[in-house]
Amino acid sequence: MTSRSGFFSSSVGKKYLMGVTGAGLSLFVLAHMLGNMLLFVSPEAYNLYGHTLIHSKFIYFFEAGLIVLFLLHIIYGVTLTLQNRAARGYRTYLTTSGDKAVTFSSKTMIWTGTIVGVFTIIHLLNFKFGAYYEIVYDGVTVRDLQRLMLELFMSPWYVAWYVFAMLTMLFHLWHGVQSAFQSLGFRHPRYTPGIIKFGAVFAWIVGLGFMSQPLYVYFFLN
Amino acid sequence: MSKAKKINLTLKVWRQKDQNEIGRFETHPVKGISTDMSFLEMLDHLNQQIIHAGGDPIAFDSDCREGICGSCSTTINGNPHGPDRETATCQLHMRRFEDGQTIVVEPFRARAFPVIRDISVDRSALDRIIAAGGFVSVSTGNAQDANAIPISKESSDLAFDAAACIGCGACVAACKNASAMLFTSAKISQLALLPQGAVEKDRRARNMVAQMDREKFGNCTNTGACEAACPKGITLENMARMNRQFTSAWLTARVR
Repeated sequence: MTSRSGFFSSSVGKKYLMGVTGAGLSLFVLAHMLGNMLLFVSPEAYNLYGHTLIHSKFIYFFEAGLIVLFLLHIIYGVTLTLQNRAARGYRTYLTTSGDKAVTFSSKTMIWTGTIVGVFTIIHLLNFKFGAYYEIVYDGVTVRDLQRLMLELFMSPWYVAWYVFAMLTMLFHLWHGVQSAFQSLGFRHPRYTPGIIKFGAVFAWIVGLGFMSQPLYVYFFLN
Repeated sequence: MSKAKKINLTLKVWRQKDQNEIGRFETHPVKGISTDMSFLEMLDHLNQQIIHAGGDPIAFDSDCREGICGSCSTTINGNPHGPDRETATCQLHMRRFEDGQTIVVEPFRARAFPVIRDISVDRSALDRIIAAGGFVSVSTGNAQDANAIPISKESSDLAFDAAACIGCGACVAACKNASAMLFTSAKISQLALLPQGAVEKDRRARNMVAQMDREKFGNCTNTGACEAACPKGITLENMARMNRQFTSAWLTARVR
């Protein structure tokens, strides 16, 4: 019998890992986008939501989980790309086209992923580790994230970059969500057309949701 | 009487003496191509032209020339086996091209497919994946009575669809990652779906995937280029089946 290496170093195992971490991150961005929607309600609702979230008993558990998901997804994504480039060898100047073409989003995962990764770092620096303003609601002092957001989204460049990054994430999710189902072994002629549609709808809802927020702040709150 | 037209084409063909040489494109104008010719007959026609001019003919693989052997391995304008779905290079006819068109002809490229010469590549990596488990190793004795082992129509159809894979390697050539997962999954599926092959499915999935990884094929990222390029219509469903079988085999194995 042939020797066997570990599951996560096999090509199938790496797919599972990308699929599982990707699914986790997809759920996170969906929840994040829905939570942010409170900025449409009122500054108080938005700030209190942030306050409640950060003071939850489970916050460190979730933060640690997210870091693990992000790191695994990034490390494996980069490793896969390098291995795959090497496996391709000579790069033809022509690629499949016409009836044999593949989707734009499936070909550009490493680039859309890189942009989203860079965005995430800047986003954390600007928001989570950004200016700390305080505001008091009914005697409770909470962080005034609404004020920070108004300040950041005053710049049209910042808004443009934010919208661009979210558009990139939309494309990443467009391929990624349905691809996770396939990687985890879920493909069936009855369900797959629905899964592909679900992936597209998911990507567009999350993407457009995130894009609407800075645009709303820039055009209507500032 | 034939209704064939004659067309003239410009071919940019990949020329490479051996694995170690850095290849290059060579341009050949080809005149008087009948639109009834297959793509390989057109290459024969071009080779005649080259031989008459005292040149070295282009090496390319072909055998049955009816789409069942998996020998032909030509990338045409970036598409393995040309522009049409479920068509091997030998089944592609010149009526598909326009007079005056330029066609780029390349081998099936991948690190795991070293070029032997020109368009001909060494695809024995695929054979080694088969040798790692793509068989039924139990002694079956004489042919049994056809009704002795009941097999559902659905299973036999799915197994047959997977068995349609001719092992040409177009999936690898089309994939931006040069992954051989569609091939491997077709071979795993065709056996696992039938009772005779199902007995060894765990061991087979693990060994064939391990061999595929050893051959330095790339990792699949689900672009679906393989499915689109496959001359036999092998579907991604086989790949999902392989993923499931490999994982359950790994999880349930008593010895790691």
